[in-house]
Amino acid sequence: MRILVVEDDIEAQRYLVKGLREAGHVVDEAGDGETGLTLALSRVYDVTIIDRMLPKIDGLKLVATLREEHNSIPVLFLSALSDVDDRIKGLRAGGDDYLTKPYAFAELLARLEALMRRRDPLSVKTRVSVGDLELDLLSRTAKRSGSEIDLQPREFRLLEYLMRHAGQIVTRTMLLENVWEYHFDPQTNVIDVHISRLRAKIDKGFASPLLHTVRGAGYMIRAYA
Amino acid sequence: MRTHRVLRTQAFRFVAIYLGIFAVSAAALVGFLYWNTARVLDRETDETIRAEVAGLVEQYQRLGLPVLTDVISRRSARSEQGIYVLADRDHRVIAGNLDLWPSVATAGDTFIEFEFERRDGQALQLRQARGQIFELAQGYFLLVARDVRDRREIERLFSTALPWSVAWMILLGVGGGVLISRNFLARLDVINRTSREIIAGDLTKRVPVTKTGDEFDDLSGHLNRMLDRIERLMHGMREVSDNVAHDLRSPLNRLRGRLEALSRQQASNPDVKSDIDAAVEETDRLINTFNALLLIAEAEAGSVRESMTEFDLREIVRGICDLYEPVAEDAGLAFEQRTDGAPMNVHGNQNLVSQAVANLVDNAIKYTPAGGKIQVIVESDGQRASLIVADTGPGIAPEDRGRVTERFVRLEASRNSPGTGLGLSLVAAVAHLHDAELILDDNKPGLRATLRFARAKTVTRALPQWPPRIETLH
Repeated sequence: MRILVVEDDIEAQRYLVKGLREAGHVVDEAGDGETGLTLALSRVYDVTIIDRMLPKIDGLKLVATLREEHNSIPVLFLSALSDVDDRIKGLRAGGDDYLTKPYAFAELLARLEALMRRRDPLSVKTRVSVGDLELDLLSRTAKRSGSEIDLQPREFRLLEYLMRHAGQIVTRTMLLENVWEYHFDPQTNVIDVHISRLRAKIDKGFASPLLHTVRGAGYMIRAYA
Repeated sequence: MRTHRVLRTQAFRFVAIYLGIFAVSAAALVGFLYWNTARVLDRETDETIRAEVAGLVEQYQRLGLPVLTDVISRRSARSEQGIYVLADRDHRVIAGNLDLWPSVATAGDTFIEFEFERRDGQALQLRQARGQIFELAQGYFLLVARDVRDRREIERLFSTALPWSVAWMILLGVGGGVLISRNFLARLDVINRTSREIIAGDLTKRVPVTKTGDEFDDLSGHLNRMLDRIERLMHGMREVSDNVAHDLRSPLNRLRGRLEALSRQQASNPDVKSDIDAAVEETDRLINTFNALLLIAEAEAGSVRESMTEFDLREIVRGICDLYEPVAEDAGLAFEQRTDGAPMNVHGNQNLVSQAVANLVDNAIKYTPAGGKIQVIVESDGQRASLIVADTGPGIAPEDRGRVTERFVRLEASRNSPGTGLGLSLVAAVAHLHDAELILDDNKPGLRATLRFARAKTVTRALPQWPPRIETLH
């Protein structure tokens, strides 16, 4: 996909752009807000990565200007400010996601992927399915190969999030933020415990597992190829 | 209630004390004036009488009885105040303006006081007089006295006026005291209200300054300048921590990015790659510690006060329990959660409180051996809402309990467990930020950690309602 990176820390920008290109994306870069805004308004991108603090035009202002121009391109904020308040300010200005520096590259990639696919009209669906696993979003029930799986409400939300992002890597932080709505590091690997419980419920007794662990990144739900 | 408050004010006490002192000194002054006036009047009367007696006696000695009789008759007819009587040895009146010789009267150098009757039109008046009797040669008696009605009048005036004036003084004084105190209270209330709002987190509030330029305005002005300074310092603190965050995160970010890029390049060289990955992990630990420290600094500086809201403590605790319960069960621990009952609203920063609760539960799970039990309880005793996390682990020795909330303090026994050693410090900082108490106790066996918050009382309820609520009549 086509990605615009607006980052004034040139070295950080270099590693970021290099990583994205290695992952197979087409990347344009800008070192200040003004260049970033010009690029964003004149070319078409699938997603933009914008540092919150930029010379010339501040990151928040840049995104606010884009939104005023009815440009709805997904925006991922990068910031050295970690406060929940700062995050809220970023999202209010029109950002779609917020990642605090320093970040793991895998985390960034997973979030970009999620942002890209957000435009899919998945959210209006009442049923989601991956392979023979089916989720009824109205009756809040799950079935695999036709037989019902008993899930706790939180397990259902976890599975729903994973299935809405089927085929994409979902990181632990993304799960913590989106399923539990916490923005802090719980230190212990609490997410792993929840995943293994969910896995026991949906994959146990089936020859082909759907819920996969992606080493060093997170999890992915995917139909067997 | 309100009157009671007025009576307790410093202003009222001052007024009362001054009033007391003033009343006593005024009474003393009036008393002295009276005593002095009476003495002067008496002495004056006595001098006149003595002089008259001397004059009359001299006339008698030189000119004889008939002339004296004549003089006394003339004087008694002329005088309003004076009493002149000439009597023979049997006290029979020869001349003068008294019909009868006063019964008490005996001759001598001392002055006597006696009562006499005087016809005033139709009425017969009993009056008081003061005078001297002189025994003349040949057994005659001469009485010269003065009607002292005026002096008695003054005496009466003084004795009735004194209690009345003191009563009025006290009444006016108390009234004035109440007025002044109320005025003081009203001014102080404004300052108190502003202070409460500022304590509640609104640092932009200022004490209103009236245009009178009095001491209260001085005080308000000083308070406001102090607040300006505090606000600047808070902003400064915020800026410093933002700058530190930025200046440390940016190089850490470059470091991590560089290491990750290296790791990807070395994918074909597993030995080198695993070393680089270990370096990445080390960087992450560094970042975690740094984040925790920054968070503690922010909580301690109180710069997050602005983003405080009111929330139900039970909801927060339920969420954290929901997150950690499976972890506890996997660790072979019984997990009990008691969060029933009515909502328990507290005022604070939701994210920080969540994290503090998470740290307590996480610690409990980490330090309790398999087969143990963890209890998470939310309870209220009316004014306060308490969160209790109790475990059956090794607990903390009483002498270490104060120390564990210090930064980086980890007890020897737990030094090998993962973690930054900042978990309890953050809990302590969050407790401090919320004016909550963090109590570490013996669970016999184990640790019983209690976070005790003041329950939120809606600020608007404490302030008078405006516009006033209008009840509809049916």
